[in-house]
Amino acid sequence: MAAPARGNILIDTEECKGCGLCVESCPPECLELLPELNAYGVHPAHYTGAGCTGCGICFYCCPEPGAITVYRLAPPTKPLVHGDAQDKVQGESHAAAL
Amino acid sequence: MSTNAKNEAQASEIQAAGYEVTHSKSPVFYSVYERKGDLQNQTHYCPGCGHGIAHKLIAEAVEELGLQDRTIFVSPVGCSVFAYYYVDVGNVQLAHGRAPAGATGIKRTRPDSIVISYQGDGDLAAIGTAEIIHAANRGEHITVFFVNNAIYGMTGGQMAPTTLVGQKSTTSPFGRRPINEGFPLHMAELIAQLEAPVYVERVALSDNKNIMKARKAVRKALEIQRDGKGFSFVEILSPCPTIWAKDPVEARKWVAEAMIPNFPLNVFKDRVHEPVQNAVVPHHTVPETLEIGDPRIGTQTDVHLHAGTAGAPGEQSAPVTARTQQHHFDTFGIKVAGFGGQGVLLLGQLLTEMGMREGLEVSWLPSYGPEMRSGSAHCHVCLAKQRIGSPLLSHPDVLVAMNEISLRKFAPHVAAGGLILYNAARLPEDFQLPQARIICIPASEMADKLGSTKATNIVMMGALLEETECLLPATAEGVLETKVKKVALKEINRKALAAGRDFIDHYVRVGAVSQPDGFAY
Repeated sequence: MAAPARGNILIDTEECKGCGLCVESCPPECLELLPELNAYGVHPAHYTGAGCTGCGICFYCCPEPGAITVYRLAPPTKPLVHGDAQDKVQGESHAAAL
Repeated sequence: MSTNAKNEAQASEIQAAGYEVTHSKSPVFYSVYERKGDLQNQTHYCPGCGHGIAHKLIAEAVEELGLQDRTIFVSPVGCSVFAYYYVDVGNVQLAHGRAPAGATGIKRTRPDSIVISYQGDGDLAAIGTAEIIHAANRGEHITVFFVNNAIYGMTGGQMAPTTLVGQKSTTSPFGRRPINEGFPLHMAELIAQLEAPVYVERVALSDNKNIMKARKAVRKALEIQRDGKGFSFVEILSPCPTIWAKDPVEARKWVAEAMIPNFPLNVFKDRVHEPVQNAVVPHHTVPETLEIGDPRIGTQTDVHLHAGTAGAPGEQSAPVTARTQQHHFDTFGIKVAGFGGQGVLLLGQLLTEMGMREGLEVSWLPSYGPEMRSGSAHCHVCLAKQRIGSPLLSHPDVLVAMNEISLRKFAPHVAAGGLILYNAARLPEDFQLPQARIICIPASEMADKLGSTKATNIVMMGALLEETECLLPATAEGVLETKVKKVALKEINRKALAAGRDFIDHYVRVGAVSQPDGFAY
């Protein structure tokens, strides 16, 4: 399995109005409008599932206050300092993301 | 709801995979918008509308600066009229264009609050031009966010003052022509020309970069208010996909391609690092008055007044300080009414000036027609020991009626147990009034005999003071001394004041009740 993306996003499909600004704005182009309609009859935005950097640009371009939640891979926890191998790898990738 | 449950499940799945939330709905927004039966998790804005982004940037700044509990958000008339459904802060919604005026009042009465005036271009640049210009010019310590989409959105796309040259709207179907409709108003530039504003910037919600610049500007504007530096103004160029008849992505591009060349993005004014000019919010707009018994009373020579009438100069007693007088009322309302030219408004002003010299709270509210002379005129005078709520008197304690028309018009409104001073020898025959005492004084005739009809109002003042004892006659003399410039008139006024007082003393019997014939028995 490929390394997890640095970021992740969750779109509330019932709050999304399908304006498409996030799709247009996303630098790594990892958003799309779903072909199916939501309850309000619009095509809601959707994360393709790969490539999100967690930059947060879609969040600021989205006119709905709570339609998009942006996540980033958690920064390494304390054991990193003492050299937990797995955490260290994660920590490095996170640092690169910044 | 199942969708909520689904979202929650997804969220916990993402977090289980080691992700942390970095951007999410600000707690400055309500979690549920209680605006209608359904649609409680969406704003009412059209897809792609710039208002949502502007709200989001403001909410984020308010949250990050820790101002949520202190913020009062003033919504305008326009699409953003319902902002109070979304932003979980203090909310006020005001009449069209009046947001800066209301914000001024709010900030002055609550100087510790953070007051945001959020307005569109139809609201701020058209009907509210006066309010914004003057609020900015006064340097009110408020923050104004001006969302400019070059059109009237809510009412269906009429031309706004900010509509671009050539831009079509329902009221400029062939495009705006400067020869007929003028040029677009550049509000940020206009405001920046004024002396007082501290920070004026124009930003745009046209692309990622500009949105991030807007985010900084919004935050800076609020920081300026938080730090008590003065007036801050951010113009936000914003897309209106519905009225522009473009899809949201195209609309956003149109902001960049058409609006920005006409409304250049810039920081037009930034005096953040200059010394603050008016650091304190002017919330005590009423000048300090001395309380009765204040030790400072008597240190000001101009309030020393001599007891006794000037008509008897030999009898000068020790100076008395008018402000030490105990007034027998908490509030006392006097209405003076008559024809223009009878000294109606002046009498009100003199009474107000006297009240002021005696340390009372006072107000003077004139009302007169455009005729000035021979039109009907009246004024309301309030004397009070507390701050005056309204200068308008629905039921005055005293009515000074200078003519019959005023008597008939205003007498029914006099408070029960009140007093009416009527300028005539007797009452009109058919006139009856049960609730108030009426004293008839032929003041005009008396003033004539003293040498000038102009002194009618002073005769009435003498009678008023003698009958009600609301203010000291000595104060009246002091006020007349400073207000009347002509020497000849000064003498007449002194006599008129004394004549008015004498009339009450000698011609109106103690304890007598005025009868319908105008005489007291």
